Amino acid sequence: MIVKREKLNFWERLYLPALAGGLKVTATHLVNTLFKRGAVTMEYPEQKWTVPEGYRGAPYLVKDQDGATKCVSCQLCEFVCPPKAIKITPPGLAGQTADRANAEKMPLEFEINMLRCIFCGFCQEVCPEEAIFLMKDYSLTGTNRAEMIYNKEKLLELGGVHHDQIKKWEHKLDEAKEQEMFPVKD
Amino acid sequence: MDWFNHLNPDLQFVLLSAVKVLAVLFLALLPMVAYSVLAERKISAWIQDRVGPNRVALPLLSGIPFLGSFLTRLGIWQPIADGVKSFLKEDFTPDHVRKIYFWLAPAITLIPAFLTVAVIPFGSTLGAQKMVIADLNVGILYSFGIVSLGVYGIVLAGYASNSKYPFLGGIRSSAQMISYEIAMGMSVVSVFMLVGDLNLSKVIEYQAGTTLGFIPNWLVFKQPVAFVIFLVAAFAETNRLPFDLPESETELVGGYNTEYSSMKFALFFMGEYANMIVSSAMMVTLFFGGWTLPFFGLDQRAESAQWLTGLAHIGIFVAKMLVLMVVFIWVRWMLPRFRYDQLMDLGWRRFIPLALANILATAVVLFLLNK
Ligand code: SF4
Ligand code: SF4
Repeated sequence: MIVKREKLNFWERLYLPALAGGLKVTATHLVNTLFKRGAVTMEYPEQKWTVPEGYRGAPYLVKDQDGATKCVSCQLCEFVCPPKAIKITPPGLAGQTADRANAEKMPLEFEINMLRCIFCGFCQEVCPEEAIFLMKDYSLTGTNRAEMIYNKEKLLELGGVHHDQIKKWEHKLDEAKEQEMFPVKD
Repeated sequence: MDWFNHLNPDLQFVLLSAVKVLAVLFLALLPMVAYSVLAERKISAWIQDRVGPNRVALPLLSGIPFLGSFLTRLGIWQPIADGVKSFLKEDFTPDHVRKIYFWLAPAITLIPAFLTVAVIPFGSTLGAQKMVIADLNVGILYSFGIVSLGVYGIVLAGYASNSKYPFLGGIRSSAQMISYEIAMGMSVVSVFMLVGDLNLSKVIEYQAGTTLGFIPNWLVFKQPVAFVIFLVAAFAETNRLPFDLPESETELVGGYNTEYSSMKFALFFMGEYANMIVSSAMMVTLFFGGWTLPFFGLDQRAESAQWLTGLAHIGIFVAKMLVLMVVFIWVRWMLPRFRYDQLMDLGWRRFIPLALANILATAVVLFLLNK
C-alpha cells in the first residue's frame, strides 16, 4: 500500500496549528481530571475491581445454611486438581463424624495451596456435594509460602454460607426412612 | 552583626557570597529540582487522566486531619522517598565501562547547571545585599560558556558506557547541542543590541516600566522572534521532549544513561531538571523582566530598609520561573519526539537564518530610530 503524503501548506509547516491543537487537548484533559470527571485510575487497595459473574477466583469451602460443613471428604477434587494444589486428610476409620445428618464423614484437614492453584475450577465442577466454589477473590497475598497454604478453618471462613436449594441430604434421609434403612448418623 | 562589620571588606564579601551560594543551592535549587520532578509526575498524570504519586506518607505529619491526607495525596513527600531510594539502591558499575569517565560524567552534567545560577539575579536587594551571587558584567557570555560544558557530561557518559545505545545518545546529544547553541546565542544577540549591556542586572533594569501604560516593557514583547528561538533552543539544550533524542527511551533504551544506576543515574536526572530551572530563570531574566513587575512600583530596586519589597521581588522571580517550568513540563506531555533529521533541519535551516534575520531587522530599526 502506498500512503499518500499530503503536501503541508505553509501554515501547517509552521507547526503552530499542531502546537495549538496539542495544547488544547492536553489542557482539556488536565482540567477534566482535576475539576470535572476525576482520574480514571482505580486506586487499588482501597477501590477494588468488581469481577464479572462467572469469574473464577480463589476456591473456598462452604457451609450450608444450617452451619454444617458440606464437604464429605470424598477426595474427588484432590484427585482431579491438575496442579495438585489440594491436600485432604480424611478422618480415618475411628475419626470424627460429619457435623450434619446423613453424611458419612468430613475432612480432618483440607488444605489448598494457593500458590499452586491455577483457578481452573475443576474442583468446583467435580464436587458431588457442592462444597467447594471458586469465589471472586483475585488478590491473594502473603509474606511467605506457608501463609499461602489455606487450611480448612480458613477456607470455610472465607467461603461463608452456601444457600443450598436442593438439600440433597434431606431427601436422602427421607428416602432412607421410607425404606427403613438408617444412615450412619440420625 | 557587630563582629561582621569589623571584618575586612574582602572577607565580608567572601562570607556573604558563601552564604548566598549555600542558600541558593540548598534552599532553592535542590528542593526545586526535587519538586519539579514531582510536578512533572503530577502534571503528566493529570494530562493522562491519572492520579500520580499519592502514597508516600510521613508518620507524624500525615496524621494531621485533612491537611495531612491532602498533602499525601498531592505527593508532597514523594521526593523525599525518591531521594532516599536512590541512595539506598545498589550502585552498579558494569564491567565493560571506562571507569574513570563513567564516574566523572554524571558530575560533569550536573555542575554546569549549578554554576550558571551564579549570574542570574533572582531578586533585587535584600538588606544591603544584591540578590545575585556574582554580578558579572559579561553574565550572559559566562552562562553560555558554562552551559555548553553540559554537553561534555552526556558525551562522556556515552563514551564511557562503552556500549552502543549510550554511544548513539552521546553522539546525538553533541550534534543537537552544538546546532541549537548557535541559534540560542544568536537569538540573544538582538536582545543585547537593545539593552546595550551584557550584565544581566542591566537587562532587568532595561525592562522596568511600561509602554502605553499597561504593556510591560518586557523584551518578550519587543523581541518575540528571539524569544521563540530561545525557547525552542532551550528545549533542545535541556534534552526535553520534543527534542529528547539523546535519551529517547523508545529507540535508545535510555540513551546516554542506559548503563547508569542509583545515585549516578539520579545525578543525570537532577542535571536535566536543574538545566530546566536554569533555562527558565534565564528566560525570565532575558525576556520576562526578571524580578520586576510593572505595577505598584515593584520594578525599582528595593531600598536597604525595604525587606518586604526585597522578598516580594524574589517571590515574583520564582513565580515567573515556575510558570515557565510548567510550560516545559506541559510541552513534554503534548508533543511527540522529532525525528533526528527534522531536528537538525529545524536548527540549521530554520532557526539560524531566522535569528540572523532578526538581528538584521533589530539593527535596521535601531539605526532608523537613532538617526
Ligand atoms: S481451581 Fe483447579 S487448581 Fe485450583 S484447587 Fe481447584 S482444581 Fe485445583
Ligand atoms: S470439596 Fe467436594 S470434591 Fe472435594 S473432597 Fe469435599 S466433597 Fe469431595
